[in-house]
Amino acid sequence: MLNLFGLSLPQASAHAQHVDMLIGAFSLLILLLAGPVIVLIFAFAIRYRRGKDVNRDHAPNRNVWLEVSWTIIPFLLILGFFVVSAKMFFFIHEPPADAMPISVVAKQWMWKFQHPQGQSEINTLHVPIGQPVKLTMTSQDVIHSLYVPALRLKQDVLPGRYTELWFTATRPGTYHLFCSQFCGLDHATMGGSVVAMVPGAYARWLSTQASAGSLATAGATLYRKLGCGACHAGDGTTRAPSLNGLYGSKVTLEGGRQIVADDQYLRDAILDPNAQVTAGYKPIMPTYRGLIGEEEAMQLAAYIRAMKTVPGEYP
Amino acid sequence: MSRAGLHDASREEAAPLRTPAEAQSYLNDGNSLRSWLLTTDHKRIAILYLTSITGFFAIAATAAAMMRLNLLTPQGALLTAEGYNRAFTMHGVIMVWFFLIPSIPNVFGNFLIPLMIGARDMAFPRLNLASWYIFMAGGLFTLAALIFGGVDTGWTFYTPLSSTYANGNVVLALTAVFIAGWSSILTGINFIVTIHKLRAPGMTWGRLPLFVWTHYATALILVLATPVLTVTLLLVAAERLFGLGIFNPALGGDPLLFQHLFWFYSHPAVYIMVLPAMGVVSELVPAAAHKKLFGYWFVAYSSLAIALVGFLVWGHHMFVSGQSMYASTVFSFLSLVVAVPSAIKVYNWTATLYKGSIALNAAFLFAMGFIGLFVMGGLTGLMLALLAIDVHVHDTYFVVAHFHYIMVGGAVTAYLGAMHFWWPKMFGRMYNEVWGRISAVLVFIGFNVTFFPQFLLGYMGMPRRYHEYPPEFQTLHVLSTGGAGLLGLGYALPLIYLLYSLRHGEPASANPWKATGLEWTVPSPPPTHNFEDTPIVVREPYDYPLSHDSSIA
Repeated sequence: MLNLFGLSLPQASAHAQHVDMLIGAFSLLILLLAGPVIVLIFAFAIRYRRGKDVNRDHAPNRNVWLEVSWTIIPFLLILGFFVVSAKMFFFIHEPPADAMPISVVAKQWMWKFQHPQGQSEINTLHVPIGQPVKLTMTSQDVIHSLYVPALRLKQDVLPGRYTELWFTATRPGTYHLFCSQFCGLDHATMGGSVVAMVPGAYARWLSTQASAGSLATAGATLYRKLGCGACHAGDGTTRAPSLNGLYGSKVTLEGGRQIVADDQYLRDAILDPNAQVTAGYKPIMPTYRGLIGEEEAMQLAAYIRAMKTVPGEYP
Repeated sequence: MSRAGLHDASREEAAPLRTPAEAQSYLNDGNSLRSWLLTTDHKRIAILYLTSITGFFAIAATAAAMMRLNLLTPQGALLTAEGYNRAFTMHGVIMVWFFLIPSIPNVFGNFLIPLMIGARDMAFPRLNLASWYIFMAGGLFTLAALIFGGVDTGWTFYTPLSSTYANGNVVLALTAVFIAGWSSILTGINFIVTIHKLRAPGMTWGRLPLFVWTHYATALILVLATPVLTVTLLLVAAERLFGLGIFNPALGGDPLLFQHLFWFYSHPAVYIMVLPAMGVVSELVPAAAHKKLFGYWFVAYSSLAIALVGFLVWGHHMFVSGQSMYASTVFSFLSLVVAVPSAIKVYNWTATLYKGSIALNAAFLFAMGFIGLFVMGGLTGLMLALLAIDVHVHDTYFVVAHFHYIMVGGAVTAYLGAMHFWWPKMFGRMYNEVWGRISAVLVFIGFNVTFFPQFLLGYMGMPRRYHEYPPEFQTLHVLSTGGAGLLGLGYALPLIYLLYSLRHGEPASANPWKATGLEWTVPSPPPTHNFEDTPIVVREPYDYPLSHDSSIA
């Protein structure tokens, strides 16, 4: 818990503690670097003020070694901080494989969260503590940014693209959730809270929430409704590649480029199919933009993620 | 402490209506409106800029005052959400493009560069006037956007908000900035050619005042960066008006492309504001200390280094945008590198004061204020350059505080320092020194009370551009608004005593500060043609002590 002027900012994760330590240490370095300059300017201004009788003999107005040392030493000190902060930055960009996936769709001016078992909520996000949680986020309109000060984390949420944010909350509590990227009229009220709960309480909360089935089930329903199976159900020898085991595999595109079939790829392949045509197939898939929104695309992707061996069947 | 220039009522009565120097000066070379509006004299054009940007400053400051008043209560005390969004957009657009960027270069650069290098005028005097007209045309478009209801995109015009979703007069505002950009480019070209071609005999690069060096570096940025912004804004307008898909993904565009292009200009633009300010301080410090500037070449080349590396750090505005983390790491490193030349300047100014003979006058107090606030702004900039810290404080009040320390604490304080230092040269009158010192101290205190609490607000998680906020942030917001009141007073005072000095101030001698530099060898105010005979420079710059009042060194 950080306290300033009656304000308190909880440290809801280990990363939050590390950020506070980093900023505390760097503040000390600032004092170390700026302090002497400020003190000397005042001291010189007073000691050598005009009209005061004082010895003003001095060496010539250049000194290369002095210049080099006051340039290099602070820079090296700062480089140390650069390495530490870059490591932390890499850490928060590499979610562990077992992170619980939650999909997030932002729009002017609300947040919609969907839990893996299908529960969805608006502007409030319930998460269990001690469990890595990965948010896969996109926007339906302008750029937003999901910001949770207690976690010292934020990530812009873009239209047409997925961005990720992961964390492991370590303290139960209710924390501010803000939109930090200006997004139009009601930007200031586009927020809510993150509720971190002990796992048992989270499970109880989940069970009280209505769910029409998991994300993948909703995706399976959509898959049937949209008739995706008409082309994709086979073994990939007909008109369209098989979706079986597709997720996470390498896809060779027309022109030879290889791409990993991740969430972003699946989304783009549904909404803008002819931008990335799989090698060996004709660009005949119609776009589903306008037919389905970002939330439905995420459901379809969840369904395809779940397709391991049996095509068209949810295991 | 020097008592010179203190208020003296008995002598003030005797201040003449017009001194002989004034009678022969550029100020008296035609009094009609036409003679001002069609002038090609760099000094008169500087005065045209001075009056117009003062007006723009007043408008943008009013918007800031409305925002600060609104933030007195968590629910928003004054404005609707829409009104608040439009207020901070206008504040940003006008302050950045119609005050800060033209401030020191177009007023003091225009006035002083020819005088400092021993030239009669700029290389292209008519282009110089055209530049002012283009600037004013841009200004009129901004005012039109304001009068027709304002804009609500923020000064950053992020897409696709600006290109598709915002309701305000976005195209009018884009046009305004587009037009103003041309003025910047023309001014930059004029500076570069003037500094290359019109230096007096003996004015080698090693004898150039540092004010000229920093303006040379600034002009390079103006010419190389501004076209990128100009084209980018054109593309936003094309997407908004004709649905051309460039930035909006729904039309097949890429929203991050806009951010790359925008910051490719707008980060160097920070140096357009700060380099001239550093140039001012590099003049004010030796003139106050009556001592040669420490490490002339380090200070000179550090300006070019800032201009160069400043072009390579734009991605530090995009650490949380979805940019590749490897790109972010490189930008983080380069952002730490760009601090080095700035630090070199600060250390050299400090070393210059050592064993100087320092006049604690208003101009020097402003210069001291600049150094303190700039150091604070620069070091918090390093914090923002550190990736893991930026992820937390990006788009919060921490960033707002940081860039106000640089742009307002730095650039505006230096602008006022320049105003107090060269005012006697520009108008031939001394202002009231005591009021000058009061104003310098008031600006420093008011600024810190306004913006230091914003570092804390940001660190505690208060996002920027919020018209209302959670109640726990209120105490610091109220403190900040109180500081803004002091700061406003500090800015209003010079307007009064400087204007008062025009009529009632004591006549200024050619060199009231006993400073080096060619501008102090001509009468105050200077005659239209600046120099009777082309000066021949034979001494190093800042070669104190002066051998004679009117000598150049």
